[in-house]
Amino acid sequence: MSATSAPGAVSTAPSKQPGNTPPSRVKKARNPKRVLVYVLLSVGLLIMSAPFLWMALSAFKTPQELTASPPVWIPTEWTLENFRDLLDKLDLPLYFMNSVIVAMLVTASNLVFCSMLGYALAKLNFAGRNKIFGLVLGALMVPGNLMLLPLFVLMSKLHLIDSYAGLVLPFAAGAFGVFLMRQFMQSIPDELLEAARMDGAGEWYIFWRIVMPLVKPALATLSIFTFLGSWNNFVWPLIATNDPDKYTLPVALATFATDPNKAGGSNGMLMAGSLLVVLPVVILFIALQRHFTQGIATAGMK
Amino acid sequence: MRTMTAKAAESAKAQAGPGASGSPATGPAGRRGGSKSMGVQNLAGWLFSTPFLVLFLVFMAFPILATLAMSFTDFGLRTVTHPLDANFIGFENYVNLFSDEKFLKSLFNTAYFVVVGVPLTIFLGLVVAVLLNNGIDRARTFFRVGFYTPVVTTIVAVAVVWRFVLDPSDGLVAGLFSEVGLTSPDFLGSETLAMPSMIAMAVWRNLGTVMVLFIAGLQAIPTEVREAARLDGAGAWQEFKGITVPLLRPTLLYATVITTIGYLNVFEEPFVMTQGGPSDSTLTVSLNMYREGFNFFHMGYASAMAYVLFVVIMGITVLQLRLLKDNTK
Repeated sequence: MSATSAPGAVSTAPSKQPGNTPPSRVKKARNPKRVLVYVLLSVGLLIMSAPFLWMALSAFKTPQELTASPPVWIPTEWTLENFRDLLDKLDLPLYFMNSVIVAMLVTASNLVFCSMLGYALAKLNFAGRNKIFGLVLGALMVPGNLMLLPLFVLMSKLHLIDSYAGLVLPFAAGAFGVFLMRQFMQSIPDELLEAARMDGAGEWYIFWRIVMPLVKPALATLSIFTFLGSWNNFVWPLIATNDPDKYTLPVALATFATDPNKAGGSNGMLMAGSLLVVLPVVILFIALQRHFTQGIATAGMK
Repeated sequence: MRTMTAKAAESAKAQAGPGASGSPATGPAGRRGGSKSMGVQNLAGWLFSTPFLVLFLVFMAFPILATLAMSFTDFGLRTVTHPLDANFIGFENYVNLFSDEKFLKSLFNTAYFVVVGVPLTIFLGLVVAVLLNNGIDRARTFFRVGFYTPVVTTIVAVAVVWRFVLDPSDGLVAGLFSEVGLTSPDFLGSETLAMPSMIAMAVWRNLGTVMVLFIAGLQAIPTEVREAARLDGAGAWQEFKGITVPLLRPTLLYATVITTIGYLNVFEEPFVMTQGGPSDSTLTVSLNMYREGFNFFHMGYASAMAYVLFVVIMGITVLQLRLLKDNTK
């Protein structure tokens, strides 16, 4: 709404100052609109970041400040007590390692398997190609909830509950990755691959030595998406682990947060825990944010 | 098999056509090379597809069909170890679902979440995208990153944080209320306020996804079109209504569909923030399904729930595709 009222002011402003030269007119006309846009965006950003700031600040508050009413905004004496208490109760390094191992295995297998099928769909003429692509598109649309119950039974039968394999296998090759890699690989000129074939190169060689190095940006995008997807995944790890030693970070945090015996009066610990779970993700995202927008735009522009 | 390879060979010929038509001399050689590489490509194509297909069949196709089969049985705790002992009971689970008040309530709650949450997310995402695309060139990345960050954060951690933010005695919102001399309501403890609070959190977390989609959509609009409109004397509002909105329709469609699907599956927010309470006012279909399946081991019943939700999702997606496509004509 406010975005629409601003341009009205813009169009009337220059007409009242006929003496100005064209360039300065434009500049003056744009300024009020720009200021308004910046103000609106800044307010929005403040609202967006408020929960994070509250979390980060609360993680360093003393018990008195945490429960003070009215609440204290900024801790007067910063303390690491919450982190120490949390680490006493929860083996966070273990859960951290579980999350890292699962996310790395999921990412590695997605990079290889999704690229392989992406290459076949983009660059190989074979019978059944369109049917397989149809499967991939269909798989994109199926909600994960539909598979949980039999997947749990299957994993119990295979004795893979509480194992890394049980956590990794259902996510080892995602349809999104195939779609993304196919989109990127289609832009590689056919002549290049034909030339390699003329020189006697096999398909595996072409895929591994020619195509994969050319799609490094896409591989980067896919790794970040897959890694974060796995890191943030909750429902399946919740179902596929009973042994606390195999919990991933989100499962450990949720179990701690929803357990009435531990959660009482421990908001500081929960904020410290949330900070430790969220911080690596946020740092990774900010460092690599270029690849994110690229990936979303590619996937969105079917 | 034969017809399939023939068809593939035909398409290969069609592909080789333009390249080979250059001179007649290269014709036969090209065709021979083509048909030889055709066989190789057929084999390679299937070999490259195999890992994905195996994983897809075992961990996706089979479970999807198994859920359907389970939904017609009394699959329960005992049958987890002996799946074949489950009894076929026809449509009993489905019939029971629609007289189960808890399920109907979870269906209503999910609908509430979608009907209020999706338009809010789309609208705010569009507003931010338009603001970022108009008159901001400095700090654009900064703002985009800021608005997108909640999307990538671990939802469990964020839900824990929001629980504390909304705490009526010592949370952030309570602090804002006390600044103006009011006492904060117990957002998550109130039957009427718990769901709106959860929607607020979902909008906060997801508007970044929609924003990024809209920014990509806005940047795909050719500048010539805008300039032409401006030369014709269109104001900013007219330009927005006449050019931006119609050209953004495909993005709007995509954003609406993926947001709706995501919200229909909402699980983590109620699981961590309210456990479905107070008095089931935030019990969603997914949470209900999880409880029936994994807490009470009524897996046949939970499977029926999963399929009802799936049918609802497919139905709404098809409906949205139709509605929004018709509008573009």
